[in-house]
Amino acid sequence: MTRVSEHLNQALHDLMESDPSVHLLGEDVGDPYGGAFKITRGLSGRFGSRVRSTPLSEGAIAGVGAGLALAGDKAIVEIMFADFVALAFDQITNFAAKSTSMYGRPVPVPLVVRCPTGGNRGYGPTHSQNPQKHFIGVPGLSLFEMTPFHDVGELFARMFGLGRPCLFFEDKVLYTRQMFRIDDLFRFELVDDVARVYLDGAGRPDCTLVTHGGLVHRTLDAMRALLLEDDLVCELLVPAQLYPVPPLPGLEDAPHVCVVDDGTEGGTWAAEVATALYPRLWDRLRRPITLINSADGVIPAAPHLEREVLVQADSIRAAVREALS
Amino acid sequence: MIATAAPSRSPRHALNDGDLRSLLLIRHFERALLRLFEQGVLSGTTHTCLGQEYIPVAVSALLRDDDFVFSNHRGHGHFLARHPDPHGLLAEIMGREGALCGGVGGSQHIYHRRFLSTGVQGESLPVATGVGLKLAGTGALACAYIGDGTWGEGAVYEALNMASLWRVPLLVVVEHNGIAQSTPTSAQMAGTIAARAAAFGVRHHHVTSTDVGEIRQALAPLVDAVRAEPSPLVVEFATHRLGPHSKGDDTRPPEEIRRVRESDWYDRHAELDPEWFARIDREQRELVERVVAEVSARPHSRSGGAA
Repeated sequence: MTRVSEHLNQALHDLMESDPSVHLLGEDVGDPYGGAFKITRGLSGRFGSRVRSTPLSEGAIAGVGAGLALAGDKAIVEIMFADFVALAFDQITNFAAKSTSMYGRPVPVPLVVRCPTGGNRGYGPTHSQNPQKHFIGVPGLSLFEMTPFHDVGELFARMFGLGRPCLFFEDKVLYTRQMFRIDDLFRFELVDDVARVYLDGAGRPDCTLVTHGGLVHRTLDAMRALLLEDDLVCELLVPAQLYPVPPLPGLEDAPHVCVVDDGTEGGTWAAEVATALYPRLWDRLRRPITLINSADGVIPAAPHLEREVLVQADSIRAAVREALS
Repeated sequence: MIATAAPSRSPRHALNDGDLRSLLLIRHFERALLRLFEQGVLSGTTHTCLGQEYIPVAVSALLRDDDFVFSNHRGHGHFLARHPDPHGLLAEIMGREGALCGGVGGSQHIYHRRFLSTGVQGESLPVATGVGLKLAGTGALACAYIGDGTWGEGAVYEALNMASLWRVPLLVVVEHNGIAQSTPTSAQMAGTIAARAAAFGVRHHHVTSTDVGEIRQALAPLVDAVRAEPSPLVVEFATHRLGPHSKGDDTRPPEEIRRVRESDWYDRHAELDPEWFARIDREQRELVERVVAEVSARPHSRSGGAA
């Protein structure tokens, strides 16, 4: 049994051990603190100046990472809370992403920006956001998210293999969960990039849900309640790559599709997934794809208020029931 | 005709043929661009460095092949002083075959060997700091050209802080021409660049000379220290922008433009050795004329066809 945070930490250790060109930069990432969420624990002691605790300068940290990448190395940049990645928007979108193609030939920029996302921890409006949607559709930029199903070491290898900058989102609530273990009712398999979670021997599901890593457990709670209390069988697809949206397997027979996205309403990843699916499923869909998002509001600090804004298991369940009724 | 080898010029006239060629190549290249714009054959925009040519000419001789140079929107001089390839640069600006970056980047976005320019103010300094981190200890440095207006960007301070903390071989060349697009420095900068550098414990050197040899002599030991220590250095040139910010957008009063013209190196060098100057001036003017004619006749660049 491995916690997601331990798995991620081990993946970083393995990566830096096996590839001396990898640098890691971020605020408070050095020991003994080891990062705000302890993901980088033990790295600075082992890898010396390749691991740098930085000043509070998200823009320049991303820029320095891009510089190291431009000079032939690889860089992982940790943004302490994903909300702060807004401070690095220029470096990521105008420099790192554009540089891969604006010089008339492919320029590799192996840079991974790690962004701890999400709420349900009472951190309030500036420490709880899911900013994925702000980076969708940026030429030269790929978005990935940690899930309990995907080996992080393999994801790092994939991201660096792309030769273009990637944002890697990590839901903070996921850190304390277990890797590769889910609800006993369901099984999972990997179909290329996508984790497929299904009820063994159930045949065609009533509804297929698509979500990102941070929402896996809330979605599974909803699927369990839908099965046991509403007699509705759901299947779940979880891509590690959020953008460009990868091929999603097995939707041809789905009577209905719901995309569940923790980002706030408006210009969402869920809408991007639906846009990718409509041409493929248009003939077979009986009703529009259901988009489930957090409310259009800031994320409050008080737990009872925060709960109302963010996507929860009961709101997923209610939305699926309504769509299928 | 004067022989090419002229080693013993007076100290006030320390230019060699190569330096004068470089200065005049840039001058005529920039003038040609403004003419091409007037003729309506260039698209987009351009920012000429007329009046500031001596800065990259002086600095480039202090740079090594393994140094990394970062440039900005006003970067033609930086490029030509480092890589005398007016064909490739003009082809890039005109979107013609042989363009340095296939015509995708244009005037402000060039990446050629270890020269990279980009069009967002201050954006290059953190990147240069990252490249400098990689170069530290090899003797090579990262050199970034910025302007006085660039000091409005927070990225400058984030980068200077890190470069000083981490002892990065970063040479920041500030072309302080007293005007940011249309805004005089007095209306956009409180305090001084020297004091800002001092606040980060970064060495600062102020250059008022426009004499290439004199500038190099003063900078050489400082640049050596950037490599050897390593450590960052800010070199601030007091200079003048002879032309408009881009094209035809000069709102300065005529008497100010006249004052700026009086400080130009061109007439001064021409007076010091008229025959020598006229010969190289003609040579470079004709070279640029040929480059313009030749590149203008080329077919359009193709996507992915970077030289």
